[in-house]
Amino acid sequence: MLRNKTQWFLRAAGVSMLALGFWLVWLVSRAGHPWMALAGVVALGASGWVFVSPRAYAWRYLYPGVAAVLIFVVFPALYTVGIGFTNYSSSHLLSYERATAYLLDQTYSTGSAPLALQVYHDGGRFRLQLSDDSGKLWGTEALALNTGETRTLLLQPTAAASGAPASLRELIALQASLKTLVLRRPDSPVLYRQTGLREFSEASPLFSRRSDGTLHNNQTGESVRPDFVQGVYRGANGEAMEPGFSVNVGWDNFKALFTHPEFQAPLWRIFVWTVLFAALSVLFTFCLGFVLATLLSWEALRGRTLYRVLLFMPYAVPGFISILIFRGLFNENFGEINMVLHSMFGLRPSWFSDPLLAKIMLLMVNTWLGYPYMMLLCMGLIKAIPSDLYEVAAIHGAGAWTKLTRITLPLIMKPVMPLLLASFAFNFNNFVLISLLTDGRPDFTDSLVPAGTTDILVSYTYRVAFQDSGQNFGLAAAISTVIFLLVAILSLINLRLTRVNASAAR
Amino acid sequence: MAMVLDRSHRGRIILTHVALIALLALTLFPFLMVLSISLRPGNFAAGSLIPDTISLEHWKLALGFPIVDATGRVVQPPFPVLHWLWNSIKIALMSATVILLLSTTSAYAFARLRFRGRDFGLNALFLMQMFPAVLSLIAIYAVFDQIGSYIPWLGLDSHGSLVLAYAGGIALHIWTIKGYYETIPVEIEEAARVDGASHFQTFAYVLLPMAVPILIVVFLLAFIGAIIEYPVASVLLHQEQNLTLAVGSKLYLYTQNYLWGDFAAAAILSGLPITLVFVFAQRWMVSGLTSGGVKG
Repeated sequence: MLRNKTQWFLRAAGVSMLALGFWLVWLVSRAGHPWMALAGVVALGASGWVFVSPRAYAWRYLYPGVAAVLIFVVFPALYTVGIGFTNYSSSHLLSYERATAYLLDQTYSTGSAPLALQVYHDGGRFRLQLSDDSGKLWGTEALALNTGETRTLLLQPTAAASGAPASLRELIALQASLKTLVLRRPDSPVLYRQTGLREFSEASPLFSRRSDGTLHNNQTGESVRPDFVQGVYRGANGEAMEPGFSVNVGWDNFKALFTHPEFQAPLWRIFVWTVLFAALSVLFTFCLGFVLATLLSWEALRGRTLYRVLLFMPYAVPGFISILIFRGLFNENFGEINMVLHSMFGLRPSWFSDPLLAKIMLLMVNTWLGYPYMMLLCMGLIKAIPSDLYEVAAIHGAGAWTKLTRITLPLIMKPVMPLLLASFAFNFNNFVLISLLTDGRPDFTDSLVPAGTTDILVSYTYRVAFQDSGQNFGLAAAISTVIFLLVAILSLINLRLTRVNASAAR
Repeated sequence: MAMVLDRSHRGRIILTHVALIALLALTLFPFLMVLSISLRPGNFAAGSLIPDTISLEHWKLALGFPIVDATGRVVQPPFPVLHWLWNSIKIALMSATVILLLSTTSAYAFARLRFRGRDFGLNALFLMQMFPAVLSLIAIYAVFDQIGSYIPWLGLDSHGSLVLAYAGGIALHIWTIKGYYETIPVEIEEAARVDGASHFQTFAYVLLPMAVPILIVVFLLAFIGAIIEYPVASVLLHQEQNLTLAVGSKLYLYTQNYLWGDFAAAAILSGLPITLVFVFAQRWMVSGLTSGGVKG
């Protein structure tokens, strides 16, 4: 009974998911992405197979997780790499199709007289009546004025309508849907669009598309052709037109990064600081955490639990809050740290405007944030060391220092290495700290492109993509791609280390 | 433990205590300061570290009440902190639910079933945590920008987009749940199989009820992970009303509008509950991390 019920429920769920999927595919194909729709159909087919075929049994359980990882982790990563090969940026934001559609939507006026508009009620519908200067009248059918889609209507000569026209207030209410109407008189090809509350003016499309892909400027008669190398439409004299569209530019972004002095110089300095920052962060947090762990593993010491709980605090408080607290405490003018330093030593270090001090501050804050994790790791590992080793050492007259350097450290180093490497990778991409504490500032004074002395690679990427006016997504994605490669190397080393440890443990 | 103690033993213990207390003072200094700042009148440091007069103005503003300042002017709360906290909690609850649903069954397959690519999959999941979402920000931005022109509630500046973007962060949680499943004796499930239960029934009615503790922990960890997430949220959300706490808090400390005291009260108000949840859940996380790293 139970079995039938669950099976029935699961089948119903599966069928409805499939239906939902096909609906989505239909939406995607209707939105004009046939290839994406095709990919969707393939994905749906594969999903259906997974849940029907007994050979794919394990995959039924894996499916949700694997699908999520593929869609939300792997796809964005690959897409970022893909964007690295385009010129996608604020001046090349649209796709070719959208940019073309934008230009085709542009209109111009040849200066002929506008038509005056009156709107009359007709049941629940509306009749539009238009008149020119000579008093000639045209009218429409009764219309429902609540649809959002653009409609082209052919006007018919008409006699003056009876009844009171719609009031100004009603016209304002109808404004949005009147704007979607395109009117054409039977005697001319000119198109009219609403240009004032009671006015329709001639608005001919500025461009018409030719079969070879060029656009014909109906006003000037010149042709505008798409330039697929730069991603812009160009007029007869080669001048670029807004908006540009994003095109594939091959390795250009990478070439710019590594050969163009404008980008290369800051990138190299940022890379050096990134490595230094990550390495020093790991070194400091590990040293402090390890020392604390050995102290707290000392059984003669009382109150160890209390110490452990309190020392753990920096790890428990949400990072964004503690980093912002430090941002305030380190403030050069109003911060409490400078207040203390000033009253004690007469110092007011400029933590945020001096590059070296800013770096020191980042490392101090990061050590504060990171040592509890290292402490916990080391405590766990120290606990696993057999205590008779220490007793034997004590009998042979070894002091605390000898025990630490000859027993504890060597035994800890091996299992801790992959975790230190993971910590290095984490700090290599520690965007939150940089972004919330210094924002990468102070900036290099001698760099042409804006770049910060405390920027690490990811925060620099963020800056190129989202902060500075250019919004150069393509270039930023290229930097991201480089970071992907660097992290991939790190993680391969990490995997090797983990494997070595695992086989040693067996 | 019978140790051979030397003469300086006592002295060393005292020295250690002194060193630890000094370090604790440094470590806890920011927290004590924030408490003091939140109770100090005004937004600028003045005079002493411990406030001379206690003022609750920052707390009132943080809780959303307007206050009347010394000159008789009514000061409105600068930012909707409680609204941001609610946004964060809403997004975190939804994404934690999604993450739990997505990772539970995969962890079962990795723990109990044998299939081709199992080791590869586990390694891939393990390595994936080294590639944070911040590296894919541009693609995430571009994708949601495009989705938004068809489905507005999944586009930029929507909470739906954030929940969707967080759904991929399941790698570590799969490892944690898998580790816990492996501590449950497989014989119980085998007994259920002998009695005629299907694979899915042993999973849903035998294993899952025993794994509830770890599911709660993973839910809490995913919840906290979403609350403290900053990069993705900062790219996807723009309007002040839509921000999460992590993105909004930064607005307090802009040079042009420096609200240090107000920030302190808001930070304690929002940070304390999150910290408590984290302290409750963290024990499992660290053990999951280390065992995940070593087992392979």
